[in-house]
Amino acid sequence: MKILVTVKRVPDPESTLKIAPDGASFVRDNVKWVVNPFDEIAVEEGLRIKDKVAGSEVVLVSIGEKAAQEQLRTGLAMGADRAVLVLADTDLDPLGVARVLQKVVETEQADLVVMGKQAVDDDSNCAGQMLAELLGWPQATFASAVTLADDQKSAKVTREVDGGLETIEVPLPAIVTADLRLNEPRYASLPGIMKARKKELKEIPVADLGVDLTPRVKTTKLETPPARQAGRKVESVAELVKVLHDEAKVI
Amino acid sequence: MGNVLLVAEHQHGKLPKTTLIGLTAAKVIAEKTGGSCIAVVLAESTDALAAELTGYGVDVVAVDGPAFATYLADAYANAVCEIVKQKDVEVVVATSTALGKDLLPRVAARLDAGMVPDISDVESATTYKRPMWAGNLIATVEVAGSPRVVSVRGTAFDAAAKGGSGSVEKASVGAGETKMKFVEFAETKSDRPALTDASIVCSGGRGLKNGENFQTVLEPLCDALGAAMGASRAAVDAGFVPNDLQVGQTGKVVAPTLYIAVGISGAIQHLAGMKDSKVIVAINKDEEAPIFQVADYGLVADLFKAVPELTDEVKKLKSA
Repeated sequence: MKILVTVKRVPDPESTLKIAPDGASFVRDNVKWVVNPFDEIAVEEGLRIKDKVAGSEVVLVSIGEKAAQEQLRTGLAMGADRAVLVLADTDLDPLGVARVLQKVVETEQADLVVMGKQAVDDDSNCAGQMLAELLGWPQATFASAVTLADDQKSAKVTREVDGGLETIEVPLPAIVTADLRLNEPRYASLPGIMKARKKELKEIPVADLGVDLTPRVKTTKLETPPARQAGRKVESVAELVKVLHDEAKVI
Repeated sequence: MGNVLLVAEHQHGKLPKTTLIGLTAAKVIAEKTGGSCIAVVLAESTDALAAELTGYGVDVVAVDGPAFATYLADAYANAVCEIVKQKDVEVVVATSTALGKDLLPRVAARLDAGMVPDISDVESATTYKRPMWAGNLIATVEVAGSPRVVSVRGTAFDAAAKGGSGSVEKASVGAGETKMKFVEFAETKSDRPALTDASIVCSGGRGLKNGENFQTVLEPLCDALGAAMGASRAAVDAGFVPNDLQVGQTGKVVAPTLYIAVGISGAIQHLAGMKDSKVIVAINKDEEAPIFQVADYGLVADLFKAVPELTDEVKKLKSA
């Protein structure tokens, strides 16, 4: 079984981003870059499926600048078999990302694509669903459990939805997007890191894919939202109840 | 002069507040396009829902059939896209609920349309604002072409008020070839209001130490206040409570009248889900916790003492 997992290079979620002088992008220098946390969960899920289904291969895909090699090596060190980096200098909108991924999925003939449910930089939560539609595949988003059928022709996926957990069944090939509780990603071991250096990492210029990348969506301005002012400390529960009742009038 | 189509989500045969928030946004966008606002409702039988929707002054396209008895992305996307073509739709809208987030990108891809997820403001029919980077940056985004697709942040607009009337038209569109199959829905049973509906939310963090304390310490406070219960990602990560309760960048976004954060440090990604609340209260024993920087009222205290005391005080106040 061939499992494709997407890996996005994003700024560390704990860092603060500065708006660039153009007012429509953020400063990329001195930013610590990491694997999108939901993609780490996706890599882990790919590896767990590989462990269960003999003869499986986990292929990582990233789209972006050459430096995204670093994030792909992280995934390879976790245990993925090889990686593909689609080199693109400009940011793509989610539909552009989905189109590029469609080409890679078709070339690789993947049986299953596992992605993070959203990237924590632009918070779009779109690419997986769009890719499913472009491929004509079923989608199982926000997954908290994935169970493959014994014949590996379908999967039951439990989804984190409003008000509870929904289970759906999808035939393969399919797209699964990972939610927080799908698994606890492993740390790369030292031998894993050593091995990762020798694993195949293929680079493909995005132009070679012949995909229409004209963005439909363009960010024209970035701004910082008005900061919320800190209020005041109260000394006791009695005082808290009094101010909430008399002053804020919310209880 | 294109029309604006709201995909009207329903739960238990009713329209949740999130749908009415989406309706307000759809009407705002329709004013910009100069077209009409239409709502599409899909269900096994839509009669009651369609009638209820018209009471908000919107024309309804009703899609009935056993294929729509439960939500499935491919079936819904097929039907919605058919309606888009039939009704000269310029902008497709839904609220960023689990359903909206799952469905709309699929619809956008099928329509070959640009999509703006999670809008917080409408500047024109083609320009929207949306938070990114856990709400720490607000992007102004332009989307080209027609149709276009936008999902609406559940806290950014008021729920539509009842008033006006509208027509109901039955549409004969199918689910197309569906590959996905619904198996089951394990509903979280609770007598408390839903997180995205509640006017008061009490959330717990890692400071509660375990799942049992959510039940014995936080639940009584929620019940005394008639509040919904939420949690930080740290509490969900630690397995104290289900992910369904998560408030934050990767969970639910809420903006109640009163938000009480108990034992929550206030990580960026949590603040992203609650900082638009009207009044924020933080109870934490660490006076340096970042949550105090956004709280209107902060109480530095041991939550295991303060919360039961607060519960008692609230009960007294309510019975007075």
